Amino acid sequence: MLKINDLHASVDDKSILKGINLEIKAGEVHAIMGPNGSGKSTLASVVAGKEEYEVTKGNIIFNGEDIEELAAEERAHKGIFLSFQYPVEIPGVSVTNFMKTAINETRKAKGLEEMPAKDMLKLIREKSELLEIDRKFLSRSLNEGFSGGEKKRNEIFQMAMLEPQLAILDETDSGLDIDALRIVANGVNKLKSKDNAVLVITHYQRLLDYIVPDFVHVLYNGRIVKSGGKELAHELEEKGYDWIKEEVNA
Amino acid sequence: MDLKEKLLSSFLVFENQLEDDAYLNDLRNDAIKTFEAKGFPSKKEEAWKYTSLNSILKEDYSIFPKQENSIEFSDVKKYFIHDIDSYKIVFIDGKYSSHLSQTTHDGMDICLMSAAMAKPKYRLIIENYFNKAATKDSLPSLNTAFSSEGAYIHIPKNKMVAKPIQIIHFSTGNESAIMLQPRNLIVVDENSHVQIIERHQSLTDNAVLTNAVTEIFANKRAIVDYYKIQNDTLNASLIDNTFINQQRESVASVHTFSFGGKLVRNNLNFYQNGERIDSTLKGITIIGEKQHVDHNTLVHHIEPNCESHQDYKGIFGENSTGVFNGKIIVNKEAQKTNAFQANNNILVSDKATINTKPQLEIFADDVKCSHGCTIGQLDESAMFYMRSRGIPEKEAKALLMYAFSNNVMSSVKIPEIKQRITKIIAAKLGVNIGFDL
Repeated sequence: MLKINDLHASVDDKSILKGINLEIKAGEVHAIMGPNGSGKSTLASVVAGKEEYEVTKGNIIFNGEDIEELAAEERAHKGIFLSFQYPVEIPGVSVTNFMKTAINETRKAKGLEEMPAKDMLKLIREKSELLEIDRKFLSRSLNEGFSGGEKKRNEIFQMAMLEPQLAILDETDSGLDIDALRIVANGVNKLKSKDNAVLVITHYQRLLDYIVPDFVHVLYNGRIVKSGGKELAHELEEKGYDWIKEEVNA
Repeated sequence: MDLKEKLLSSFLVFENQLEDDAYLNDLRNDAIKTFEAKGFPSKKEEAWKYTSLNSILKEDYSIFPKQENSIEFSDVKKYFIHDIDSYKIVFIDGKYSSHLSQTTHDGMDICLMSAAMAKPKYRLIIENYFNKAATKDSLPSLNTAFSSEGAYIHIPKNKMVAKPIQIIHFSTGNESAIMLQPRNLIVVDENSHVQIIERHQSLTDNAVLTNAVTEIFANKRAIVDYYKIQNDTLNASLIDNTFINQQRESVASVHTFSFGGKLVRNNLNFYQNGERIDSTLKGITIIGEKQHVDHNTLVHHIEPNCESHQDYKGIFGENSTGVFNGKIIVNKEAQKTNAFQANNNILVSDKATINTKPQLEIFADDVKCSHGCTIGQLDESAMFYMRSRGIPEKEAKALLMYAFSNNVMSSVKIPEIKQRITKIIAAKLGVNIGFDL
């Protein structure tokens, strides 16, 4: 589904990704771990199509198509979703109206009619229950005044609504207490199927107790320096990142 | 002949046609003298520093437009808020159009200035209110000198006017350039409530210059909600002078939606002549091309325990320019005043300009006054967030602009106006958003 080949990317002429290779197949859960500043969030943003990052070398193939020239919204239409580490507050646009617009724009891009209001309401009800989201919450301005946990839960709610093929969860566990973490992880697990894939980006192993990865990759200094199964996450939790750094620098 | 000279000589013609009415004619004569002495304002004056009238004064305007060809309602329906029941006072090239209007004398007077000026039964109101709120600045004076037609609204006390009143001024372009000077008088007595929608609309691409004066008197505990929809053609210019005189415990609001026109100058003045008065001034400006919109506001706090709320949002594209000059005066006696002012602007083009200037003159010591102005660009991180959810760039921009304007929209009390404004914004931004604010 996703194939990243020798990806180099920079922002303001500062090189951040220095040759990433990664393949994710349908049905898989991958985790990318790594110390702060290793390029984890950059990788997520580059795949999602953030314009300020410049791909200087390599490519990103999604379902057989090079997506480098595609705008963020076109990537979204093709089924890529990014759950933001810091969801943006948009005062004046309610969660419901935002989702309606997102879904209908996606349908428009696919040549489909707008979703009938009745179906939309049903879908919203269904998905908000999955994330244990209060109905009142949906009429509030998007992310405005939301707690850290509410923002993250809202991200996964959006994911549930949009049903992406590839969901990238960027530090979704940060700022979550254990109950919220469980709700969020439970939501992600329920959405998982053999046809979609999840890429979890995290600093800590905690979230991976709930969303169990098939593969764990360690990102350090813009490169994937180590890959393994879920046991690698435990090892990192116990030993920290210093041994990886030493191994790489040796 | 320049426009000033043309106006001065036209006044002699105008004066000869007037009825023998010493009271009004004296006012007109004084006013033309004031205009003659002061002339059109220039950029040398502080209040006109950022707005030059030069480009619009050079046209050869017809001062007394010919009688219009009649217009059918179906042709101009879209300029009305037509999905609500309303009173209508409609003018075409400055002349009253009875077939487009719907006036009343049933327990209140929603009719014409020309009638109010001519008939004895209105004389007391005319003498008590006409030209009592307008300042003696040159442009209001020019309007006073030529005042003869406009809307006249008098709501006696304890009356809740069930339907909004729409005041619409059309210009037809039957002549290459025309100047219009409508004069409106609105008197709302004790405990009464009225909602008014006003629009100036050119139906062609010919040049129009409108120098309008509206005087509004909100007497004790009256409530007045006024909506100005400015979405005119690129050759239509408007100098809109509005004066609101409030008595104690009255509540008055003016929402100004500025989406079009060549040059628009809004002189909006509130005078609080009593205690516990509430004044609201809000506006959304979205312009592009070479358009120019200037909001020049004044709130004069004269008595204690009053409030004023100002919130103006502006979005400027292409080569457009905007001005916000908001003056708040708090007299020494006006203790416990709460005066708020905000002006937020987004520049979506490198060539657009906004000049924003709060002016606070506070002579009382126990007051709360706040003001803030911001100038920024569209939030890039918000843009990426929305686009990553599948919302295309243009629609994402539009959503952000809607969101930006939301504070102003939220206090609009007539849902049909909200819907109309949302549609105009969507059309301006070239998007189709499936919900109203």
